[in-house]
Amino acid sequence: MDHTSAMYLGAGLAAIGVGMSAIGVGNVFGSFLEGALRNPSAADGQQGRLFIGFAAAELLGLIAFVVAILILFVVK
Amino acid sequence: MAGDINPMEQFEVGHLIDLKLFGYDVSFTNSALFMVVVFVLLATFMAGGLKRQLIPGRWQAAAEGAVSFIDSMVNVNIGKGGKKFAPYIFSLFFFILFANLVGVLPLAILPGLHTFAVTSHITVTAVLAFFSFGIVLLVGLFKHGLKFFGLFVPHGAPMVLLPVIVPVELISFLVRPFSLGLRLFVAMTAGHILLEVFGSFAVQGLNAGFNGSPIGFVVWLGSFAMIIGVSALELLVCAIQAYVFALLTSLYLHDAVHLH
Repeated sequence: MDHTSAMYLGAGLAAIGVGMSAIGVGNVFGSFLEGALRNPSAADGQQGRLFIGFAAAELLGLIAFVVAILILFVVK
Repeated sequence: MAGDINPMEQFEVGHLIDLKLFGYDVSFTNSALFMVVVFVLLATFMAGGLKRQLIPGRWQAAAEGAVSFIDSMVNVNIGKGGKKFAPYIFSLFFFILFANLVGVLPLAILPGLHTFAVTSHITVTAVLAFFSFGIVLLVGLFKHGLKFFGLFVPHGAPMVLLPVIVPVELISFLVRPFSLGLRLFVAMTAGHILLEVFGSFAVQGLNAGFNGSPIGFVVWLGSFAMIIGVSALELLVCAIQAYVFALLTSLYLHDAVHLH
């Protein structure tokens, strides 16, 4: 396998991480909704925590995206 | 097919006015121009709202709503002693929000006009993140002295585990400014690349359609629908990223003020 095709394969593999973080973000919001529908009066107080969880899950996907971009445009 | 559309081209920083200071390049760039635009918009928004009428008009109500939104965020997340950080969180949130929103304005339909997303550059977001981190360090060290480093020792952790926990806590503390800056930068960059990619699909599909392959029109229609959807998603991401940046900064400030 030559260098360029290995590069593109690596970037494509890094994109799996982005999809995984989509599962994570969906899990965060889904679980929040599940709890919020059971006890709607407590939901508003937990919105800060919802976004902290969202930020943490999303960050890993964004880092995977950065890895893909680094492989494509920076690594020679 | 014709169409070498480079999705990274939109992030290029170009000189508008060339300036040199002590041998350093301090030229006025399009990035600086859009920061000025954001500042002027924000200043106009706030100046127009500072009327102090007993019955607020629409504009004053909007400005008051903005202030009370940040106020409640600071109260909930920093708690006692957080009031003095409200102006900083306010500037942070609204600078990022306005910069994000100005960045996705579809002004490129007018020839020669091209908006620039200030927050899609890590130089900008990292400076904002290091401001937040620096304030956390200064507040923590001035308020608690060396006790501030007790932040790395969680309550009730068994002594045996401390050699493991303290380095992990230290790393997670030191990574904060990078994760803060990186999150905003990548979220904005990714959104703009996505819009550009679907934009190039639409242009190339239309070209192919007029050159005699009807499937090009289908590609154009699909890409155009995606552009509308992604634009709506981008508006949501703009607001969420600004909110997350301000929220995490106020949480870190809570750590600095209260130590856990």
